[in-house]
Amino acid sequence: MSIILSESEAKALLQKALSYSKADECVVNLLGEQRGNLRYARNEVSTSGSLINQNLSVQSAFGKKVGVASIDEFDDASIEKVVRRSEELARLAPENPEYVGVLGPQQYLKSNGFFDSTANITPATRAEAVAKSLQLTRDAKLTAAGFLQDNRGYSAMMNSKGLFAYYPSTNVNYSLTVRTEDGTGSGYVARGYSDFSKLDTAAATRIAIAKSRGSAGARALEPGKYTVILEPTAAAVLLENIFYSMDARSADEGRSFLSKTGGKTKLGEKIVDERVNIYSDPTHPELPASPWSDDGRAQEKVNWIENGVVKNLAYSRFWAQKQGVKAVPNPNNVIMAGGNQSLEDMIKSTQRGILVTKLWYIRSVDPQTLLLTGLTRDGTFYIENGKIKHPVKNFRFNESPIIMLNNLEALGKPERVVSTESETNYLIPPMKIREFTFTSLSDAV
Amino acid sequence: MGAGAFMLPNIPVSGRPVAPEELLTSGVDVAMKKRLADAALNAAKAKGASYTDVRIGRYLNQYVMTREDKVQNIVNTESYGVGVRVIADGCWGFAAVVDAKSEAQTARAAEEAVAIAKANAKLMKEPVQLAPQKGYGEVSWKAPIQRNAFEVPIQEKVDLLLGVNAAAMKNGANFVNSVLFMVNEQKYFASSDGSYIDQDVHRIWPVFNVTSIDQKSGKFETRQSLSAPMGMGYEYLQSNPKDKVTGITTRYNKGYDMLEDVIAAAQQTKQKLTAKSVEAGKYDLILDPSHLWLTIHESVGHPLELDRVLGYEANFAGTSFATLDKWKTKDFNYGSKQVNLFADKTQEGSLGAVGWDDEGVKTKRWDLVKDGTLVNYQAIRDQVHIIGENESQGCCYADSWGSVQFQRMANVSLAPGKDQLSVEEMIKGVEKGIYIIGDGSFSIDQQRYNFQFGGQLYYEIKEGKIAGMLKDVSYQSNTQEFWNSCVQVCDERDYRLGGSFFDGKGQPMQVSAVSHGSSTARFNGVNVINTARKI
Repeated sequence: MSIILSESEAKALLQKALSYSKADECVVNLLGEQRGNLRYARNEVSTSGSLINQNLSVQSAFGKKVGVASIDEFDDASIEKVVRRSEELARLAPENPEYVGVLGPQQYLKSNGFFDSTANITPATRAEAVAKSLQLTRDAKLTAAGFLQDNRGYSAMMNSKGLFAYYPSTNVNYSLTVRTEDGTGSGYVARGYSDFSKLDTAAATRIAIAKSRGSAGARALEPGKYTVILEPTAAAVLLENIFYSMDARSADEGRSFLSKTGGKTKLGEKIVDERVNIYSDPTHPELPASPWSDDGRAQEKVNWIENGVVKNLAYSRFWAQKQGVKAVPNPNNVIMAGGNQSLEDMIKSTQRGILVTKLWYIRSVDPQTLLLTGLTRDGTFYIENGKIKHPVKNFRFNESPIIMLNNLEALGKPERVVSTESETNYLIPPMKIREFTFTSLSDAV
Repeated sequence: MGAGAFMLPNIPVSGRPVAPEELLTSGVDVAMKKRLADAALNAAKAKGASYTDVRIGRYLNQYVMTREDKVQNIVNTESYGVGVRVIADGCWGFAAVVDAKSEAQTARAAEEAVAIAKANAKLMKEPVQLAPQKGYGEVSWKAPIQRNAFEVPIQEKVDLLLGVNAAAMKNGANFVNSVLFMVNEQKYFASSDGSYIDQDVHRIWPVFNVTSIDQKSGKFETRQSLSAPMGMGYEYLQSNPKDKVTGITTRYNKGYDMLEDVIAAAQQTKQKLTAKSVEAGKYDLILDPSHLWLTIHESVGHPLELDRVLGYEANFAGTSFATLDKWKTKDFNYGSKQVNLFADKTQEGSLGAVGWDDEGVKTKRWDLVKDGTLVNYQAIRDQVHIIGENESQGCCYADSWGSVQFQRMANVSLAPGKDQLSVEEMIKGVEKGIYIIGDGSFSIDQQRYNFQFGGQLYYEIKEGKIAGMLKDVSYQSNTQEFWNSCVQVCDERDYRLGGSFFDGKGQPMQVSAVSHGSSTARFNGVNVINTARKI
């Protein structure tokens, strides 16, 4: 049997597993995936790898006693064994007061995230894509370090109440750092796609080459508050800290940036500029995602922040039941809407500012205000009278993405980006922000 | 990248869930492992490999997670498989196979590794140059633990954590999470050099996070445990007066009193709510080992990894300011004369301690910075020729049978001061300072110049005395400037280990566990910022 099962094959296997169940409730999760990667540095291939993985995981429940067991062999005897094992573990487990039972059948949206172009990648395809990049950097007498990683896979689930879900997907992430031989310039590019045919490693390499050359000979500017234009790759790593912090329970418990005095939350309140709209949509053609969450809940289009107002928080089913609200799951993708300005338009309209192409080593400083610290990296430029004047030395910043989105000047057209911190893909616009806080200088290139 | 932060519940879990008792069964026996390894070694050689190593690994994890009066999750995982690495046509190739229990499977993985090496060799300019390594024959190493954590009943662990949580709540906490992480790596290494090495590695990390909320102001404060992840068994949780360092708050050496620490933490989060917000400016910092380990990790451990210096990590973790030309001068001033930093893969109880590394090199201790001068790096077999050595330093590691091994940080530590000096005596000499205990927020640039660190507890020092608790503190500095501002290091009586359980590096990212030892140290005139904001 192939590692990537079709919907009907997955359904048959899940039905078989459920047929062995003697528990009050049973959920079976199934996944199969193939991953491959090629890494290069110093203009040469350094390491490469491939991984094949499949897993069947069974959760059995007797009342509120829950046990989970899993297996990577799919013959009948193994499947029955894993079902029995989960039942034994459930009988031995302490009661989980937060267990709320399994869901009945759900209706899911259609989302196409599986592309043959990605599924058919071979080691030779990877080597060819990387060779195109290496050719350019070697010819330019620059030094490349890059990483190409693809995966194809599916996940499926079925439970004893008749819920069935199946979703196949593919993804390819490519990133590249190009440095000048003397180490005074460095440029970066990252691309993420579901469809490998959209990846042009040569075009991406040219961007990193231009940034590496353009960033050489950086001058120091005094740290302080500046107008910045954040390229989407830079904005993503700040914004994802908001996306990760939309949990209702933490907000209700008083330990979130969304908490208020007296046990209240900021749900329904305007927390950022009214031009800010952040939503999730599993059917978005540029960022397709699974239309169901890990526990089988349907993923719908959800507005998290609409016109600057917090519209939804994410709930576990337990917490939603306790609060008597709809159990909106954590999203499987995140999109920030934008405007029509290009990056060039934004630069043109800037009298004095800094273009930030990438941020690095982002860490939380204060969860109460979402204050983050980190540094600019791989291409930071001074803008004067609507033009890029010269590269500048890297800065450390201390800034909260909430404060930042209150200081919004302009939004551009959203692009699919890969977070350099979490490797998650998002759709994020470039944005112009006033009074962004740089606190010190770094000598790093 | 950096030391994996304590991020509940984002905990890397690999392997398949199993019943706890399965963690106690022995895996494939050594004779069988040798047969599996020999099959791969022979198959690779037959296909033209000039070097082959085989790692047969069984990785066991047990995580017990609780919050307040509830057990949230008990995770038991086992991951078993074989990874084969070869050099063919001068290029590395690697292939891994899950659950491999037959010689045919390991031989097939070896053949695939050779095929990959040959395909990628076309993109190589220079063949891999491997430092010679003698074979050790059939040898073994076991971590010197006293009580195997996997043999301790789950109930005992649950009782401990729920007791800790109850104590936190009783002492005024609003929320508490506590977790026990336990790891056992059963690793078998064989190579075409003639080594067959069987090793048994244990690690443990008890950790909690306490939150207190002031309903009136809507503010909250947290305090994490002052424990360290250790290369020890369950004996680390044995409270022992000789392992306690008393002072403004109790800190721990090789025996951790989790209950005592959580009571202090609950009281301290309350104090933090009303503590004075720091005034930004220059301060003399007194840094406890529970804090300083992370600064050592980021500003010494990472920049002195030779693969970073050479550019192999340029696309992710970054390169290093500590370039070869600086090292070659033999006069590069990394820190003050008080600063002696060493790498060590042998220290008992440390996370990095093993008998041999993951490419069959016997482990050792070596100097990195001596009397303030940069003297060496951390390097593995395919790199040491670059620094003019003909023997690897033995710091190669893979986080799984399925990951390819590469250069990872050894335990990197600050040597204790040579003169007798206690923390109390050190504080007495400070006019305007801050005493920082525990690790907090951390961030450093990709060449390891500019960094910013926070902590768990901050105490203001005025004219030689502790004047009270501070909050909203972070310090920013530059690696060379910072280590040159080191004026005193307490003596060996204060030497303790801290460490990271989930240090990330590489693409795809691999985790590694590493310890960093130090005694309390003083750094003069460091820039402190105030991190309070309003949203």
